Amino acid sequence: MRGIITVLGKDRVGIIAKVCTYLAEEEINILDISQTIVVGFFNMMMIVDLSDNTHKFDAVANGLKEIGLDLGLEIKLQREDIFNNMHRI
Amino acid sequence: MISRSEVLETNKMISEENLDVRTITMGINLLDCADSDPNKLCNKIYDKITKSAENLVKTGDDIAKEYGIPVVNKRISVTPVALVANGHTQDTCVNIAKTLDKAAINVGVNFIGGYSALVQKGSTPSDINLVRSIPEALSSTERVCSSVNVGSTRNGINMNAVKKIGEVVKEMAYLTRNEGSMACAKFVVFCNAVEDNPFMAGAFHGVGERDKVINVGVSGPGVVKYALQSVREADFETLCETVKKTAFKITRVGQLVAQEASRRLEVPFGIIDLSLTPTPAIGDSIAEIFNEMGLEAAGAPGTTAALAILNDNVKKGGLMASSYVGGLSGAFIPVSEDHGMIEAVQSGALTLEKLEAMTCVCSVGLDMIAIPGDTSAATISGVIADEMAIGMINNKTTAVRIIPAYGKTVGESVEFGGLLGTAPVMPVNGYSCERFIRRGGRIPAPVHSFKN
Repeated sequence: MRGIITVLGKDRVGIIAKVCTYLAEEEINILDISQTIVVGFFNMMMIVDLSDNTHKFDAVANGLKEIGLDLGLEIKLQREDIFNNMHRI
Repeated sequence: MISRSEVLETNKMISEENLDVRTITMGINLLDCADSDPNKLCNKIYDKITKSAENLVKTGDDIAKEYGIPVVNKRISVTPVALVANGHTQDTCVNIAKTLDKAAINVGVNFIGGYSALVQKGSTPSDINLVRSIPEALSSTERVCSSVNVGSTRNGINMNAVKKIGEVVKEMAYLTRNEGSMACAKFVVFCNAVEDNPFMAGAFHGVGERDKVINVGVSGPGVVKYALQSVREADFETLCETVKKTAFKITRVGQLVAQEASRRLEVPFGIIDLSLTPTPAIGDSIAEIFNEMGLEAAGAPGTTAALAILNDNVKKGGLMASSYVGGLSGAFIPVSEDHGMIEAVQSGALTLEKLEAMTCVCSVGLDMIAIPGDTSAATISGVIADEMAIGMINNKTTAVRIIPAYGKTVGESVEFGGLLGTAPVMPVNGYSCERFIRRGGRIPAPVHSFKN
């Protein structure tokens, strides 16, 4: 199972570092990162491999949310299927 | 691979445009609970429901978390109770309602539907007991919903039942007079009722269904409205294409959630109900879609056409997105649950007569409409008869959920709270239909040819 992490909010130093460190601690592999900044607004999407971590989906989602609260950002983890189903036939 | 813009589009639909899965409804067959002992019957019903649906709410919540989309309601529909209670008394019917309520509270669902009878051609003694017990059952329970099917295109309309339902509605309004005649909001009368509807108050588990089934209702009037903003000056072809594409996307999410719920609960997937159902929230309104299409207010000339376009294209777009489509599929137009409809009524743009016309092309019928508390039972039956006739002749499901708000009159409102919203009391034509309704009997089935 793959998950999509989205990070939205005001840009600052260390956003990627913090998210990636957390994922490394949780032993979650990052498959793809794309990121952009538009007028100071940080917008990142990551695709991560959750196949060995299905059981702790909830804990990781909450962990990311908390990092988001610390940094003043909105960080979400969602299963990839919802996007594939909506946009791909 | 999925792109960032697609991820953003989906998440914007959810966070800003109120896209949600409106309900996961588990249909449960209760026919195997039949017993000549009323206590045993109730115990069996309680056990079957609580065992079948013990993980329903948790599963819905888990799916919501993992996919990041709200699953607003988790509900249960059961076999029409008039069938389950065959051979029992009216008091037993009420006890079954209380049992259903207790089971619903135990498993944590907010509504349980199926306190129902199917009497389109005639009533059995059990049907009569059930219909008579509805006021007591709905006023003494919190989460039970009830429906009666009084007509069909194949069978015509049971006018004895229509007459009785007018009285039942009045009685319910009186019994719950201290709560804004709330019981009436949990009761709906149908023509051509469907057996796999996941939406309340009319959900029941039909006798043609399997033992248990998962039906899902999706929603997203806000998503359609925002999509239409981008084609504001375009022609009808573009308008229709936009609605279709949006409905497709919404329904694909519903299909995913339904399959996932079915897998986790080990209950077969039944259908997706392709519906646009409003909520009182701003941006989650069918009336706002009419505005976006170019109408000043719901009820303006052109509203019926706008609704027809919306309803038809939601179906066209949604059909391909799901393996099984069913239920009431289409755009719902409940007045109290849609702030734009409420405003249209209050400003005089939308009348009961226009709503009736709109029900010829909408998903269901006259829904969540408050009328003055002193409206006679015969007039309520007359309104029901008109709506049933529309369904019978046009081969579609129609329904009436009407609230004669006790002690209230035109200009006042009834507050139900939550998803049921606020209903402005609407004027009803004051001329009498009492002698017409008093006739009783049955309207024969209509001719199925010579359609003009």
